[in-house]
Amino acid sequence: MSWFRYSSPQSFYPLAGKMVPWFFTLAALLGLAGLYIAFFVAPTDFQQGDAYRIIFIHVPAAWMSMLIYAVMAFWAGIGLVFNTRLSSMMAHALAPTGALMTLIALWTGSFWGRPTWGAWWVWDARLTSELILLFLYLGYLALVAAIDDPRRADKASAVLALVGAINVPIIYFSVQWWNTLHQGSTISMTRAPSMASIMLIGMLVMVFAFWAYSIAAALMRVRCEILEREHHSAWARKLEDI
Amino acid sequence: MQWSSAGEFLAMGGYGLYVWGAYAVTAVIMVAEVIALARRARTLRAKSSRSADAGVD
Amino acid sequence: MSQSAVTACRAVIARDLLVAARRRSDVLTTFFFFVIVVSLFPLGIGPQPDTLREIAPGVVWVAALLAALLSLARMFDADYADGTLEQVMLAPQPPVLMVLSKISAHWLTTGLPLVVIAPLLGLQFDLPGRALATLLLSLLIATPALSLIGAVGAALTLGVRGAGGLSALLVLPLYVPVLVFGAGAVTASAAGLNEAAHLSLLAAMALVALVFAPWATAAALRIALE
Repeated sequence: MSWFRYSSPQSFYPLAGKMVPWFFTLAALLGLAGLYIAFFVAPTDFQQGDAYRIIFIHVPAAWMSMLIYAVMAFWAGIGLVFNTRLSSMMAHALAPTGALMTLIALWTGSFWGRPTWGAWWVWDARLTSELILLFLYLGYLALVAAIDDPRRADKASAVLALVGAINVPIIYFSVQWWNTLHQGSTISMTRAPSMASIMLIGMLVMVFAFWAYSIAAALMRVRCEILEREHHSAWARKLEDI
Repeated sequence: MQWSSAGEFLAMGGYGLYVWGAYAVTAVIMVAEVIALARRARTLRAKSSRSADAGVD
Repeated sequence: MSQSAVTACRAVIARDLLVAARRRSDVLTTFFFFVIVVSLFPLGIGPQPDTLREIAPGVVWVAALLAALLSLARMFDADYADGTLEQVMLAPQPPVLMVLSKISAHWLTTGLPLVVIAPLLGLQFDLPGRALATLLLSLLIATPALSLIGAVGAALTLGVRGAGGLSALLVLPLYVPVLVFGAGAVTASAAGLNEAAHLSLLAAMALVALVFAPWATAAALRIALE
């Protein structure tokens, strides 16, 4: 069987439709397991009390925000090089989910910082990098929204995503450096309490839960993208309810 | 069970506001995203079938 | 590089410089914007010399970034509007060279003036002499990078409505590393520390921009002109 036949929007649409419920179910199961560990198995932290439990959603969201950007840039690049519409649509579909993950990371990071460090916002390296990552996502979304011609939007946003992807490590490094320079040795608020292995396990389970959720949401969205762009075509009009 | 009562669980050792504030907003964002997508899909499918019925070519 | 390529580059740069000389207001606007923005900070924060000395590197640097953003529109817009850009891209010389020539001309008219006036502005903030020299040097290294990176944003948003604000949104996150090390160099210098590491990293970034940006810009221009 050639997987390449799924590279057309028409054939990918039903495949994605079948995958969505599976990934949501996976996300729910992993999420329940992870939350159980987070609240009922992992002990109270000695230094941070129960406030540290935010880590079980903050870290997964932060990791997802970065992973999704990389995957988005990958599909955008494929779409640019091979001129495949579906790849570009996938990149467009990933962006909002990635941006929301960044938002979650920033919000939960802020709520973790307040009881732990006394301020609602801390200019530490990780949070500041997340903020800039949010700007990168917003820029991508703004560019796509501003360009009327869908194919030009696909290609231009692909160039932007790739340029952004190259810059993410550079930005991260420079923010890290900036932070240590100005704050000295004090804080890395995202350095978790020396983690008992059960905390690590719980965090990993939640990472996979967030991963499954992101895949499901992105697949849902790419189906919408496909319908929006292909609604004039015969196959879309014949859709009963796939 | 490390929580001896529901009240203790909600209080989270005094950090309840922060923990639940973080978790609640996360849940809201995720649920809202899915609902918005479902609604968008429904509108699109309705539009597709309507244009099919109208025989748009 | 072949003789015809050199001639073509020189022609592009000469033309852009001539256009800038004729439309002096474009260039001067950027320049005075820089000066005015720098003056706004003491007005907003207060005249205490110690505070001003501390914020000076950041203030001058951010103002330079904003001025660079402001100037991006003139890199391609006018030529795109009257069809010249298409001709330049259709020329037998590699588009990357043409793009590099345009960016060079842009830097000469908008970036270099900032570099020249910056130490004077630093003096308004009572920065010590050594820091002023670092300010000059850091901006000298960085403003070409700002033009290079900005060119990508300008090319991506060519002809798009709201292009000015949009290209700013796209380009500012990419400017962050340059800002961090540039302002950091001046801060270090003002504190009597060694600024060599910052400047080296700044130079490295400028080189990376030199390698990647013209290529990305040419790709973006091709997409816009399709």
